[in-house]
Amino acid sequence: MIAVAYALPDIAVFVVSALLIFGGAIGVLVYKNPVHAALSLILSLFGVALAFLAQQADFLAAIEIIVYAGAIVVLFLFVIMFLGVDHKNHPDSEPLVGQRPLAAAGVVLVIAGVIFLMAKSHWVTGVPSVSTSGHALAKGSGNIRQIGDAVYTTYLVAFEVTAALLIISVVGAVNLARKERPRVGEEAQ
Amino acid sequence: MNVPAAWYLVMAALLFGVGTLGFLTRRSAIIMFMCIELMLNAVNLTFVTFARTLSDVGGQVSVFFVMVVAAAEVTVGLAIVVAVFRRRASTSVDELTEMKG
Repeated sequence: MIAVAYALPDIAVFVVSALLIFGGAIGVLVYKNPVHAALSLILSLFGVALAFLAQQADFLAAIEIIVYAGAIVVLFLFVIMFLGVDHKNHPDSEPLVGQRPLAAAGVVLVIAGVIFLMAKSHWVTGVPSVSTSGHALAKGSGNIRQIGDAVYTTYLVAFEVTAALLIISVVGAVNLARKERPRVGEEAQ
Repeated sequence: MNVPAAWYLVMAALLFGVGTLGFLTRRSAIIMFMCIELMLNAVNLTFVTFARTLSDVGGQVSVFFVMVVAAAEVTVGLAIVVAVFRRRASTSVDELTEMKG
């Protein structure tokens, strides 16, 4: 299977995205300072965006950078700076004995199982679609048109529910993070 | 011809493993959230790969919804971290050993 000649640029893109993804992910795993971890998370997300781009998901690659790297990681950084969290707050003690080796063993076991199962099923689940208005994935602006068509027709209900979900989460976040102050009326007494 | 889907699927599985390992071993709640983001991105990569393999835009739409849910989750989660930090002056999950506020 590997003997088939794949185009060299595609392999190069894959290797670069893998390096970005795993460099960033290992950084998140290793860095003590949360700010450094957030920055290497951005690196990893750029790698994922590159992998999206290589697989004809142009719109999602843009959204990945704008929403994830641009908004979510900035939110992380905001909270880190806001709280003044430092790595000194976390002594490297280990209350649960043997947690790390056990976690590593469990992860290796599960991932090996997943890869084995997928290899056994020849890396394909499901059948090639005849939906999505009958034609294959488009590139460039056609990709955005296809996603827009799908979101606003087939998945319209889910889209409306996500709107409600976002509103609820914003209200909940404000409610949780608000400082509890005595009310004005009680203060006067 | 593009790189086979298997390569991307293995990469996504390994990324999920790294995220899981971080979630299980790190102490800071904020970094645990970052590891959840890594796991979500691994699944997103799988969705996009299958969307390409099966020529179905539904996989990409799923990624779109996963991103929305991730944004909501991070918003609420970090608000909880802030609320906990107000009481404990720490984001270490090991200190949250009792239900008492």
